[in-house]
Amino acid sequence: MDSEDEFNSSQVSEDEFMMDADSDAEDDYGVDHDDVGFESQHTDIKPAKHAYEVDFKVCSPEDIEAQQARQVADTSSLLEQPPEATAILFRHFRWNKERLIDKYMDNRDAVLEAAGLSEEAASSPPRIEKVPGFVCDICCDEDPEETFAMKCGHRFCVDCYKQYLRTKIKDEGEAARIRCPGDGCNKIVDSKSLNLLITGDLKERYDELLTRTYVDDKENLKWCPAPECVYAIDCKVRDKELMRVVPTVHCDCGHDFCFGCTLDDHQPAPCALVKKWLKKCADDSETANWISAHTKECPKCHSTIEKNGGCNHMTCRKCRHEFCWMCMGIWSEHGTSWYNCNRYEEKSGHEARDAQAKSRQALERYLHYYQRYANHEQSAKLDKDIYLKTEKKMQQLQNTTGMSWIEVQFLDSASQALQQCRRTLKWTYAFAYYLARNNLTQIFEDNQKDLEMAVENLSEMFEKPVDQLQGLKVEMMDKTAYCTKRRIILLDDTAVNLREGMLDLDVIHEREC
Amino acid sequence: MLASKRLGKELTKMHENLAPGITKIKCDDFQEWLMDIRVDDNPLYHGEVYRLKFTFSNGYPIEAPEVVFVRDETHPIPIHPHIYSNGIICLDLLDKSGWSPVNNVESVCVALQSMLASNTKNERPPGDEDFVRTNRQRPRDINFVFHDDKV
Ligand SMILES: [Zn+2]
Ligand SMILES: [Zn+2]
Ligand SMILES: [Zn+2]
Ligand SMILES: [Zn+2]
Ligand SMILES: [Zn+2]
Ligand SMILES: [Zn+2]
Repeated sequence: MDSEDEFNSSQVSEDEFMMDADSDAEDDYGVDHDDVGFESQHTDIKPAKHAYEVDFKVCSPEDIEAQQARQVADTSSLLEQPPEATAILFRHFRWNKERLIDKYMDNRDAVLEAAGLSEEAASSPPRIEKVPGFVCDICCDEDPEETFAMKCGHRFCVDCYKQYLRTKIKDEGEAARIRCPGDGCNKIVDSKSLNLLITGDLKERYDELLTRTYVDDKENLKWCPAPECVYAIDCKVRDKELMRVVPTVHCDCGHDFCFGCTLDDHQPAPCALVKKWLKKCADDSETANWISAHTKECPKCHSTIEKNGGCNHMTCRKCRHEFCWMCMGIWSEHGTSWYNCNRYEEKSGHEARDAQAKSRQALERYLHYYQRYANHEQSAKLDKDIYLKTEKKMQQLQNTTGMSWIEVQFLDSASQALQQCRRTLKWTYAFAYYLARNNLTQIFEDNQKDLEMAVENLSEMFEKPVDQLQGLKVEMMDKTAYCTKRRIILLDDTAVNLREGMLDLDVIHEREC
Repeated sequence: MLASKRLGKELTKMHENLAPGITKIKCDDFQEWLMDIRVDDNPLYHGEVYRLKFTFSNGYPIEAPEVVFVRDETHPIPIHPHIYSNGIICLDLLDKSGWSPVNNVESVCVALQSMLASNTKNERPPGDEDFVRTNRQRPRDINFVFHDDKV
């Protein structure tokens, strides 16, 4: 028997693989691991640059297999078990090394029994055989040609066994913990038996699932949720920290997502806030529906205005009145210190006396934030549409005027910055909705305002005629850099305050079960 | 294929003999069977006849059947902390993690009889009303957290 078949990674990489089970296993036991010397081996992890960034590492499928193989190899000698048995033990203990070693040292026989590795397991390899007079308890066939049983003695015909395994693997997505089909039998179908019974695509799926189980079992690993992406992310942020940290990670496939909840990047809003906000929006979708309308009336001449770009600066075609799409206020006031399009003003003058007035006020407040949240989401799409059109026109221009490719790259950078900033802005409105007023709220709103103004200024440039864009290159690059800078300032400030517990967010702190 | 072969064999065996308190009511296709059970040794259920509906997929018995109590004028839904008032049963034997293909219609009936026989609580599961009002899932798609000590 080839022992490498058992554990599906045949190449135990010699180059040191630094991710180790030890660190997180210790976390589970509440042990402070600052003093563990080899922790400093995490050399591959990109150092955090800003307060809002977290350390993480992108793992390829090969990395993940190598990690598993390395842990198995390390532990195998300690347990005095061959690698394939060690791998089974690891899976049985959901890759919690500390617990495995603890229990194993405590009661070796019980652990082996529970993992389906009884004493004599190694002595005689499993095989398919014909047993005269045998009746299969699954299909009730008498005298089947081929039968199979593991050490537990629960014998079935090979066809039934195979169909059972196919159902478990294909339909139920099980791999590491498939049990014997016998009633009440807890014996795990080991890989040697599996190799005897499954082939081809099923074997491939099985191996794939084994790798998946490893990532699913480890608290520090998560799959990138992008469709078809094969990478996993290694990040040390734990569930209990998620009220104070928003761990956005960047996969090598290009997808930015939150390690906490695996939704798209939602900085600066913590996961629990995002969950609550999205639920609220879904519950109130009818009330808020009218807002997403593409058309509004010009506040001056009442002709219909359609929004077809990301920019909020609207100019009425008929009367040339310039106004803000969001607050319908005069646009000229938006570039000055008067700008307060982002801030919700509590109407203190007429205090809500009855319940109806109170609920109307609550709705108004919600709509203020929802409108801006939804607008950035929509504007991001419109920005992108405009960029794609512009890029196409620029390419045509390039072909006719002989401009070099690199000269239009600034448009791409601007577009990407816009997308990123609008995503951040969008979540600042959900954030502000739940943010209790204190002396830091002003700073948050100022940061929000500064970023929003920068974004609208950049967004507006995309509406300039294409033949002027080349001449605006420097200005556009400056505006792009400024947007990015404002975004970093906002995220940095918020991340620091969040971490220090300086911001009071009205979201449920404990996790729901 | 497997399901019809297996159910055919079960039917033949049930013609010969069936455990006490179990009656087959309607078993004329390989999709849906009706079975009646009685549990006379527990005063909570004495004298009542309970009707069970078995629904089989093509993957039976590799896949568990869907089993629910059904109510009509003469058949109530038994009161039990693991049986919802709409007839849905929370029993690990019927869940994919607890099902073994060695089980069959008769052994499920026997298991439900013994589940009722050993019960002393005259009550519905916690949250019964909410569950019955809101649940639109088929029993096999529900992720029950088993209240029992055994896994
Ligand atoms: Zn069979
Ligand atoms: Zn067994
Ligand atoms: Zn990815
Ligand atoms: Zn999140
Ligand atoms: Zn107008
Ligand atoms: Zn405005």
